[in-house]
Amino acid sequence: MKIRVLVSFKESVLDPQGQTVKNALHSLGYDFVKDVRQGKVFELEIDDLPREQLEVKIPEIADKVLANPIIEKFEWEILE
Amino acid sequence: MKFGVVIFPGSNCDYDTYWVLKEVFHQETLFLWHKDHDLRGIDCVVLPGGFSYGDYLRSGAIARFSPLMQEVREFAARGGLVLGICNGFQVLLELGLLPGAMLRNKNLKFLCQFVHLKINNAETPFTNQGRPGQVLRIPIAHYDGNFYAPPETMEEIKKNNQIVLQYSTSTGETTEEANVNGSLENIAGLINQQGNVLGMMPHPERASEAVLGSQDGRLIFQSIISWLS
Amino acid sequence: MIDKKTLEEHNLTPEEYQRIVELIGREPNLTELGIFSLMWSEHCSYKSSKIHLKKLPTTGPQVIQGPGENAGVIDLGEDLAAVFKIESHNHPSFIEPYQGAATGVGGILRDIFTMGARPIALLDSLRFGPLDQTANRVIMEGVVSGISGYGNSIGVPTVGGEVYFHPCYSLNPLVNVFCLGLAPKDKIFYARAGRPGNPVLYVGAKTGRDGIHGATMASAEFDENLEKKRPNVQVGDPFKEKLLLEACLEAMAQGLIIGIQDMGAAGLTCSTTEMAAKSGTGIEINLDLVPQREEGMTPYEIMLSESQERMLLVTTEEKVGQVQAIFAKWDLDAVVIGRVIEGKNLKVWFKGELVVDVPVEAVVNLCPVYHRPWKEPTERGQQILKELPSHPSDFNRVFRQLLASPTIADKEWVFRQYDHMVQINTVFLPGADAAVLRIKGTPQALAVTLDGNSAYCYFNPREGGKIAVAEACRNLACVGARPLGVTNCLNFGNPEKPEIMWEFKEVVEGMAEACRNFNLPITGGNVSFYNETEGNPIYPTPVVGVVGLIDDLKKALRPGFQNQGDLIYLLGPWGESLGASLYLREIVGQEKGPAPRVDLHLEKKIQEFCLEAIHQELLHSAHDISEGGLAVCLAECCFHSESFLGARIALPPEPRPDIALFNEDQSRLIVSLSPEKEKTFLQLAETKEIPLTHLGEVTGQAITITQAGQIIIDLSVAEAYQIWKTSLPNFFKIKS
Repeated sequence: MKIRVLVSFKESVLDPQGQTVKNALHSLGYDFVKDVRQGKVFELEIDDLPREQLEVKIPEIADKVLANPIIEKFEWEILE
Repeated sequence: MKFGVVIFPGSNCDYDTYWVLKEVFHQETLFLWHKDHDLRGIDCVVLPGGFSYGDYLRSGAIARFSPLMQEVREFAARGGLVLGICNGFQVLLELGLLPGAMLRNKNLKFLCQFVHLKINNAETPFTNQGRPGQVLRIPIAHYDGNFYAPPETMEEIKKNNQIVLQYSTSTGETTEEANVNGSLENIAGLINQQGNVLGMMPHPERASEAVLGSQDGRLIFQSIISWLS
Repeated sequence: MIDKKTLEEHNLTPEEYQRIVELIGREPNLTELGIFSLMWSEHCSYKSSKIHLKKLPTTGPQVIQGPGENAGVIDLGEDLAAVFKIESHNHPSFIEPYQGAATGVGGILRDIFTMGARPIALLDSLRFGPLDQTANRVIMEGVVSGISGYGNSIGVPTVGGEVYFHPCYSLNPLVNVFCLGLAPKDKIFYARAGRPGNPVLYVGAKTGRDGIHGATMASAEFDENLEKKRPNVQVGDPFKEKLLLEACLEAMAQGLIIGIQDMGAAGLTCSTTEMAAKSGTGIEINLDLVPQREEGMTPYEIMLSESQERMLLVTTEEKVGQVQAIFAKWDLDAVVIGRVIEGKNLKVWFKGELVVDVPVEAVVNLCPVYHRPWKEPTERGQQILKELPSHPSDFNRVFRQLLASPTIADKEWVFRQYDHMVQINTVFLPGADAAVLRIKGTPQALAVTLDGNSAYCYFNPREGGKIAVAEACRNLACVGARPLGVTNCLNFGNPEKPEIMWEFKEVVEGMAEACRNFNLPITGGNVSFYNETEGNPIYPTPVVGVVGLIDDLKKALRPGFQNQGDLIYLLGPWGESLGASLYLREIVGQEKGPAPRVDLHLEKKIQEFCLEAIHQELLHSAHDISEGGLAVCLAECCFHSESFLGARIALPPEPRPDIALFNEDQSRLIVSLSPEKEKTFLQLAETKEIPLTHLGEVTGQAITITQAGQIIIDLSVAEAYQIWKTSLPNFFKIKS
């Protein structure tokens, strides 16, 4: 099965990359864009696991490796 | 006394650090391989600069899992001296031996240049040959050196006098302009609460010989040597 | 089966196809055709340039390896050798600036460590269109980050180079990457297969469908179909290359390798055939054993893939295990994919079938050589400055404009994105006339510079070719280094056009003449043709890289003034023509010739004088006069001083001040010295018959230039510095 993990900066952390993208969009006239947060996407191809195991293992992977909990948060979803 | 310089895949200041310890300071120095499980009786571990594992996930994020780093963690817990330079600092943050994390430099560019550093705490094993307020001129070379920690952590850091080096002007003022990468409190060098693990973004090994334009980095190595002897 | 369309897609002519059929005695299959198309492409075969490149001097007592290997090798005395080469990555950098430039760095690094040398320095010659166009800024930003991303990660310092701007590079940027390595003299490795029976190992990254047809792409002009070409660009992995570098050097140090070849622009095809051709053997590989990243790859795709960070190496049967152990230590696979065989053919197996069986000699050495027709373009003669432009009313304003011109302005915005200090050998930071690297454990240092002025070459390619060599050597003389060897990267338009071929021939002949004058061998390089976008060629752009040696690093000289009260001298003539100058082009707005000429005899005398004066410790600074002329050179001497030292100089009554200040005539430098050394200095100059002029002295905090007591230019160093320093970053300010 396929899992997608999305890692992005916590709201409290300044995201200069996101800011730069926002400024670029504004300079191109897309003024309706209010804010941009940049993140990373990981697509994991894994053995089929029951939901309850995923609920434990995926946050574990995200917390331990994919994200740095001091500055980043994550979300995850089952793709297929 | 014996120094160990760790080689991770992707380390690239390993030979530089080794050269300075061995040829400039004439210290017994070993390379330590990341897959090893033994620190071979060294008195000070140096985690050198570079791009361990390409820094593809986050700077220092994968190196922290190497077998040798588990030994380093225990070594530090026993009070052993650990110096992390640049990528080594990033590894120490990921490993949790130092508080906080690194963000991309505020101008979003890699920065390689000489900077001025104010010694904020001269009572550490790494700065005891300096005096508070003394200004050093040492180069930086990094993409992710913009130090960040949540407010409560910053409170702790300040309370414990853990800020060792700060980006400053040539006269020692910690201005916003001197803060090249945007670090909180202009932090360039940070020590743990126990006072035996230092992480610093600037490269003292690049400023230890007159021919390279500055010898201010010697102070860091001299401090360690004098502390250990 | 091979129709006209297929041939066109492979950039092969019907005549070339006929020749292939004759050489192999039958019709080739598609994979074989692909192999020939790669190896017979302009990029790999030098089929249009070969007859001219032969004119370059390539030998000398210091030459250990000349052209024909991955890089040239020069003897440094004692037990060290310098291994160096320059290569272009123009086309890939246009299509995808970041990856194009990054893989350019990766490629040149492999060329160096393949020879057994540890790379110690990178330099780049970069040329872009004007920065007021967004497209050019995007390209430049991408190229600079690509170089930074790859070089910084692998830990080889980017210590210098040049960045030029001219409209002819709009949408046709040039990215020429130079690398220098150091090797033990007795441990140089070559691309050879050795004896039949030797196992052939594939090491490094897995093969994917990257860059199929990159080498043929580099041999065709760009058109509007650029978007379609995008998939051709390879993606670099500097981390993988770092592991490969360490593993290869370790295996070499342990004497485990017989021959090694980088899988560069033509991948497995090039490495297998070239190694066999050099040893006069055959080679056999089984594609089923090649590590693959993608599924369902055909023999054609595997043989033509340009995936990066791969090498082919040959060892002996008994050493295979040791080689594999070293690569495993660095987390890399080393897979035996074939053997050196008797006979002279490349045999490729795929799923039990022999899919390629062609003579390696035909593939590597029997590509047709073209004597392409050349013709001097008539229109250039009419582009000569007939009458002098009107005299500027405000020299201060002109001076400010010149300092802000991106070609002249400070390049720190570029260089601080590069780690230029790693490996702790960099003595002179970027910005000096040449990069200077100490050789650890010796009093010596290496000096390296890249140079080339395409405007001169446009108006007079022969003189331009000479000047590129002369000026690069002059740059070395300024820091106190004797030149030892040259590598060149020749960037031109479409060689099938007679005017372009004429430019090429003239430039090469000019370079050959200059090299002979300096007794300098050219040890290798690269030709990049077809630098045209929609039919508009770039100016002829030879880029010359020269490596030199400083015997006593303590005596090496910087461009900046050292002390108040020091005397400032001009070495060489005043110059007389504004032709092809940056001033004429960018300030007056006239792109006109003639190009400056160089008197090679005088040039050599002046360089030898400069070296002798440095050796005798008579000088405090030396700086070459180039783009922007004497005025800009003087300003740079002030900028490079520790504390914004000023200068006051007087111009002679003739020539006119604009000519005196801004001409770019050759064989000229500005030096400074203490008054106590003046007598010895002048005596030495007299015995060597050196034309020179006392210009003035280092004084105050302003650049003051007078003529007959009248002030022509008067600008504080701090203000001039600010203009020079901020010009480039201002183009890239993030707008909020």
